[in-house]
Formats: sequence, structure tokens, C-alpha cells
Amino acid sequence: MSATRAATPPTRHAAVDPVRPGRSLPTLVRHLAVATGVALLVLTVSYQLDSFRNYQLATVAAYLCATAGLTVLTGLCGQLSLGHGALMATGAYSLALAQNAFAERGLTAGGWLAVSLVVAVLATVVVGAVVGVAAARLRGPYLAGLTLAVAVVVPALTVTFDGVFNGEQGLAVPVAPAPAALGSYFPHERWQLWVAAAASLICLVLLANLVRSRYGRSFRAVRDDEVAARLAGIHVARTQVVAFVVSAASAGLGGALLAVLAQSVSPGAFGLTLSLFLLMAVVIGGLGRIAGAAWGAILLVALPDLTHSLTNLFTLSPAAAQRLEGNLPLAIFGSTLIAVMIVAPGGVQGLLSRLARAMRARWPVGRS
Amino acid sequence: MAGDLLTAEALAAGYGPVPVLHDVDLRVPPGTIAAVIGANGAGKTTLLRTLSGMLRPTAGRILLDGRDLRGTPVEQLVRRGVAHVPEGRGVIGELTVEENLRLGALWRRDRSDAARALDEVYQLFEPLASRRRHLGHQLSGGERQMLALGRALVGRPRLLLLDEPSLGLAPRVVAQTMALLRQLRDDTGLTVLLVEQNVRSALAVADQGIVMSLGRVALAAPAARLRDDADLRHAYLGF
Repeated sequence: MSATRAATPPTRHAAVDPVRPGRSLPTLVRHLAVATGVALLVLTVSYQLDSFRNYQLATVAAYLCATAGLTVLTGLCGQLSLGHGALMATGAYSLALAQNAFAERGLTAGGWLAVSLVVAVLATVVVGAVVGVAAARLRGPYLAGLTLAVAVVVPALTVTFDGVFNGEQGLAVPVAPAPAALGSYFPHERWQLWVAAAASLICLVLLANLVRSRYGRSFRAVRDDEVAARLAGIHVARTQVVAFVVSAASAGLGGALLAVLAQSVSPGAFGLTLSLFLLMAVVIGGLGRIAGAAWGAILLVALPDLTHSLTNLFTLSPAAAQRLEGNLPLAIFGSTLIAVMIVAPGGVQGLLSRLARAMRARWPVGRS
Repeated sequence: MAGDLLTAEALAAGYGPVPVLHDVDLRVPPGTIAAVIGANGAGKTTLLRTLSGMLRPTAGRILLDGRDLRGTPVEQLVRRGVAHVPEGRGVIGELTVEENLRLGALWRRDRSDAARALDEVYQLFEPLASRRRHLGHQLSGGERQMLALGRALVGRPRLLLLDEPSLGLAPRVVAQTMALLRQLRDDTGLTVLLVEQNVRSALAVADQGIVMSLGRVALAAPAARLRDDADLRHAYLGF
């Protein structure tokens, strides 16, 4: 059964995340502690980096929501989605519409952004539930086909209904500046990073807990053996819909955050390429692992930057440089994917944990 | 008949256009072990798959405690107390022993009793207790068998449907499994429907023997009669 599913992890150990012995803290406490640590780190770093790097880091946080959600769906529950870019678009457009509606009514205070984010997540949950119910009846290539259709249809809808979505132009997203309490010279990018990181951390803590919960176990059971899962009393279709909805909610939040960062949304940003990039990112990072999703998100942001620097190294005609910059990220992403699949089938995170295991075997901690 | 835990009446089932079971009647009283025996292709596994809801019957009725089970999906039957341990065990290889066992109790509302059931399974199968954090696919055949049985038992089933538990296992392990079934029947009143190729070991623990042939029940008789009556054994079992 699992052989026909798209996303059984390539190595047997890679996506298992076995419960390691010697852990006594409750899962939630442990995750909250890690999240607090990361929050403090981001806070510190945001004062060290310049505005552009802060903005990039905020973009990583936004992508991280989407990649983490996708890795739960594809890596843990075994459902392939080629349509997560469209779900991000749903979140982004919902946020834009909500923010504009609030602005029209004079509700421009920063707190309304939180409401808009919730609206965006809820809207994506609805779309995700519809797609998820259909997806739960499909396997392998049929599921890929369905989600591919979603990836193509959603951006097209924004052009069709241009009265609401303003066609190719897209919508502007009014976002309140940083609170005055932070001082009048507080850089906007730093504030953006704080907002994106906070939303992303909440999303990750929830996902990490879900992965460790009974749902996480059900997801993996459904991925590995649907018949055995049913015999254990698990409602397979319901479990798959839950995974899809959770994943969609995360993607919606990611898309909404991107809209907040760019202060605009347009269909061009959420094309099929984004969906494919997201999938490649989670595979390269390490399928089924939230830490792997983080590597994927970093890659998604770093790669265009890297290709920009690369094309700047050569003196090219402006036309050639533009062509190269458009295509080079895809080429690099593709070759990275191939290289990672050969060298480390468990992705970056799989490689890291393999190294960590080897180190522990060599120099056992606490027994020196 | 009133009082039977499981009843099948005129049951027919098959795969697509190929009928496998014809007009199967059987009765399993509560707290007994019924052994379904017969040659390859007699329809034993198909019978179990039909009873556990994995295969829809094309005709006839299945009653659990007098209630018709037709059309009830597998995962719902599990909640009604029907546990099916399939041939090939159905252990999930990517989950640890503990996770596999807890999977079997996920649907249960009584969390404290689920935890108790888990402890009982570990007491029943000591090798599992020492391998809690091992992955399913790292276990030996015998351990997988224990795990599959254990996962069924944490749901505190009333009816255990067991497909070929002796398959690929050492005779000693088979004997232990059979002894365990008898112990569960005596201690907890568990009802077992056991499909077996290994006729002798199955009849040794069973209360009832159901001989299947070409998709029909050829004979249902007390296991003791099948064991002891040489003529009957010759006629139906060929030894």
C-alpha cells in the first residue's frame, strides 16, 4: 500500500522520530522552552542585523509555517500536495481583504492585524477542508493531480474575479507601523521580524505538539499501513482530512505573513513554482521533520539571494542577467535536490541527526 | 440463536465477480474458541475479512450479540469489540512497539483503563516490555505476532479474529500462542475465532472446529469430536 503513496520517506529511520529514552519533561513544556529560547535569540539577533537581513529572516519565518505544515502532511501522513502555494495564496488574499476591510472602517490599530491573521487562517482552513475531503479519497498520482489543479486554479481565480482581487495587479495590504512605545526610529523591518517570528513560533509549537500527540501517531500509522491503521480503530479518511486541514492552516498563516511583509499580494507570487519549491524545500530539509522544514525555509529565502550574488559576479548583458536570475534558482534547487537525495536521503536534518548519532557513539556523553 | 456472541447466516462474499464464500452459517458462543480449519483456498481468510468488515458480504447477515454488523466499517467494528489480527500481522513498522500498542487504544475513552490494558499486555508479553522503543520492523516474527496480538488486546475486545497465528513461527511459539488464547478465554471470557492451517494445535485449544471446504462450511462440530473421532478426521481433515 505504502509503495503507491507518494511520500514514504526514503530511509526507514529518517522520518520516524522515535521517542528517545531519558526524556522526562512533558512535551508541551519542552516545546515551549525551545520556543522561548528561539524567541530570545530572534530578539537579540534582530538588533544585530541590518534592515534587509531582518526582512529576510522574517520571510524565513513566513515560509517556515508553510514548510512545517507541508512536512506534517507529506512526511508524516504520506499525502503529497502540489498545491500548497495556492493555500498560501488563499491565506495572503484573505489577509489582504480583511486588512482592507478593517482599514475602510478606520480600524487601523496594530491589533487588528492579529484578527486578520486569524481570519486568513480560518479561510484557508475552509479551503483546506474542501480539498482535504477530496484528497482523502485519492492516492498517489491522482492526489498529485488534484493538488496540482488547486495550485493552478487558485491564482487563476484571482484574475477571473478581478473586481475583488484586482487581477494581476493584486491588492495592497495596509499594515500599521510599529507601536509608538518602541520609539519613533524603530526600524519597520525589525517590527516585521518580530511579528512574523511570533506567529511562526506559535504555529510551530502547535505543530510540534500535534506531531508528538495521538494525532501524530495516527498520521504515521495511516502513512505506513492504512489497513493496519484501520484495524487499530483509526478512521483513515478522517485522519487524512485532519492532516490536510492542519497543513492548510499553517500554509495559510505563512501566506498571510508573506502578505504582511510585502504589504501587497499578487497572483504572480503564488504560482505553481512556489508549490514545487515548497515541496522541494521540505524534501531537501528532511521530510517529516519540523527542523527539516526550517532548513527548507532558509533555503527558499537564501537561494534567490545567492543566485543574485552569483549573477553579479559575472559581467552580463542586462537581458542575459535577467534571464539567468529567473532560471538559476530553479536549476540550483533542482541540482541541490538531486545531490541531497543521493548523499543524504533523509535530507539535511537526516544527515545532521546521523552525524549526531555517530558523534554520540564515538564520544558517549556522561560516561567519559 | 440467542446467546451466541457471533452469528453468520447464509453469508456470501467474494472479490469482484469471483465468489469465494457461499452460504456460510456459523455460531460462536461467548467465551469459547472456534477454530476454522481447511485447505488452502477454502475461504478461511476471506471469512475472517468479511467478519471484520474489511470485505463487504454480498449476501447474508453477520450478527454480533444479535445486532447486524453489515456495512459497519472496520474502524467502527473495532469500537464494538471486534479485533482482527490479520495474516502478516498488520504491525506498523515505522512506529515503536509502545506506539503500536497505544495505537490500538487510541479510540478508547477510558484512558486509565487503556493504560491498565497496556500494562497487562506488557506482563503477558515480556519480550515486548523490554523492546518498547524498538521499531516494529526491527522485531522478529514471533515478537511481531505478540505485538499484533497485544495491539488487539489493549482495545479489550470481546471477539478476537485471528488469522494464521502459526504462520512462519517456531512450534514452541505456536504452542505458547495457543496456550495464551486458552488462558485469555478462561480468565477474561474472550471469544476467539481462529483460522489455522495447523489443525492439531488449533484443535488442541479450540472448543469448536469449523471445517471449511470450497467456500462452504463442511462441518461444524465440537473440537473434541474432531480430535478423537478417527472416521470424522479421515473424512474431513485427511489424517
